[in-house]
Amino acid sequence: MPLLLPEALADHAPMLAVLVPLLAAPLAMLFGNRAFAYGISFAASVASFIFSMFLLARVMDGSVLSYHLGGWAPPLGIEYRVDAANALVLLIVSAISAVVLPFARTSIETEIAERHHTLFYACYMLCFTGLMGVAITGDAFNVFVFLEVSSLSTYVLVALGAEKDRRALSAAYDYLILGTIGATFFVIGLGLIYMTTGTLNMADLAQRLTGLESNRTLRSGFAFIVVGMGLKMAIYPLHRWLPSAYTYAPSAVSAFLAATATKVAIYVVLRFMFSVYSAKFGFERDTLQLIIFPFAIIAMFAASIVACYQINLKRMLAYSSIAQIGYMLLGVSMLNVTGLSATLVHLFNHAVTKGALFLAVGAIVYRTGSALLPHMAGLGRKMPWTSAAIVIGGLSLIGIPSTAGFVSKWVLIAGAFERDAWPVAVLIVASSLIAVVYVWRVLEVLYLQPAPANSTATEAPLGLLIPTWILALASIWFGLDADLTVSVSRTAAEALLNGGFGGDAAIIMGVEGRK
Amino acid sequence: MMDHHLILRVVTKLLVAPILLFGLYVQFHGDFGPGGGFQAGVIFAVAFILYGLVFSLKRLCKTVPDWLVHRLIAVGLLLYAGTGVVSMFLGGAFLDYNVLSKDPVAGQHWGILIIELGVGITVFAVMLAIYYAFAGRPPALDDADW
Repeated sequence: MPLLLPEALADHAPMLAVLVPLLAAPLAMLFGNRAFAYGISFAASVASFIFSMFLLARVMDGSVLSYHLGGWAPPLGIEYRVDAANALVLLIVSAISAVVLPFARTSIETEIAERHHTLFYACYMLCFTGLMGVAITGDAFNVFVFLEVSSLSTYVLVALGAEKDRRALSAAYDYLILGTIGATFFVIGLGLIYMTTGTLNMADLAQRLTGLESNRTLRSGFAFIVVGMGLKMAIYPLHRWLPSAYTYAPSAVSAFLAATATKVAIYVVLRFMFSVYSAKFGFERDTLQLIIFPFAIIAMFAASIVACYQINLKRMLAYSSIAQIGYMLLGVSMLNVTGLSATLVHLFNHAVTKGALFLAVGAIVYRTGSALLPHMAGLGRKMPWTSAAIVIGGLSLIGIPSTAGFVSKWVLIAGAFERDAWPVAVLIVASSLIAVVYVWRVLEVLYLQPAPANSTATEAPLGLLIPTWILALASIWFGLDADLTVSVSRTAAEALLNGGFGGDAAIIMGVEGRK
Repeated sequence: MMDHHLILRVVTKLLVAPILLFGLYVQFHGDFGPGGGFQAGVIFAVAFILYGLVFSLKRLCKTVPDWLVHRLIAVGLLLYAGTGVVSMFLGGAFLDYNVLSKDPVAGQHWGILIIELGVGITVFAVMLAIYYAFAGRPPALDDADW
């Protein structure tokens, strides 16, 4: 995938992927013009997407890129460090943002007061900037800063749903409290690491941590970081904020968050587990096998079963997201390249699938004003395209062959077999059967129940259908042609497990590279 | 409405100008002494908030309207990020102040001065915006209902 950028841009690609949306946020706010705000946000997302593709293409050979901010050399200065693992996350976030924004343009008409539209775009861009920044930075404290940028704007975005349903406010408040606790735990963990090593640069940390396995401060730092980010990614017992936040947020926000926010948190945990700390540490292996692994299995079943009983479709999808996070963590806890690449491939495939589903639900909400299943009776005939997108997304969620979800589960089961853990493989298949139950409930309501006689619902406008179908088709495409996603994830998983992040990097803009 | 708080009004009028001046001092002396954009922004906003507390929100909104505060938040951030972009155009990395001037030391001076100004403007505007948001809420009970 040779992707050419002018040399001047290529040198700054890591910075620009974050900087362009950061600039778009104040510009969207400054002029107070809705069309302009949308235009610049969309342009920024597309530009960021192009830079991310370029970065991914450059690091696919296993190399690492380093960009020194402000001309200060790391470990003192802040460094942006790109390898295959975070280039993949950057690509997911920017691609989803570029697809969701055109959807948001139409969907917020009915969900958010017009005077708030430019502020919505500004917040959305800040959230996007934060997520990109978390993924790209090679400085542990910088992760926290960007995490707060994205979190604070996320709380606002969720609260914007109050226009339609006042419960969005309490959902945003719950998320605010739990998210802040998560961020605090994370920064306490960083403090403990900093106290022991005196550095915050991830690559530098990796080197200084070797041989310090028995240090208690570092162990507690690890615990704080895993729990803190666990709150952010809604790992099973820490997921309480997620269902309400996704249910009451505006449709476009739900889609964007479901597809990106938890993924970025998972990436951070992976980075800390494998690049900063090392899988060689006994306490980390124990954490993964005695804590993360059982919770991942519980999440797969408990959250799926709860999803079967929801009557709000958005809430059902939210619970299904918690179950999917279980699959991703299961892949990590296998501690082999195949398991880890299953996690990464599922990051991508689940982003596409859940994005498509949330967008399709958003289209239904746009037309009928409700996400409650009983209100969707017979919509399969009234809104055929939207319903078909839900069918595709649902099949991918179950993991039917020829959908993206199948590829993830295939790799995950392969990882389980690699460890001779066939009971785990059975559990994966069994939990997929629960997904059949909740997806079937939706399909039954959409297609088999008669529409009420007074139903006036019509097919969603093209502005909503096109983004939905881009993601729906993508979840089929990446199910049929899994070469790209699987090979990228494998490179990324190898990069993580081999600890290449701490090694030599190609400095593309830095003190040495100054002209 | 506020006619009976004579002492408060006189003292406020005396205080506003020195507070503003001190804010500017903290802002622009920040690279030599203690201070910088964050502190200066808060101090600068304090002068306005004090004025608003004593002379009513309505009169403050006339001086610094809502829309201006929102724009200033964006302007400050743009000033900060814009400095970084300029240094990129001049051949350095993002926020590399050395390239801002022929002399790297002078460049560092200019760089920190401008981005701190950006920080100061944004912090000032955010403080005011928060004050407006809280003070501007219609009270659940009128004063007369107490």
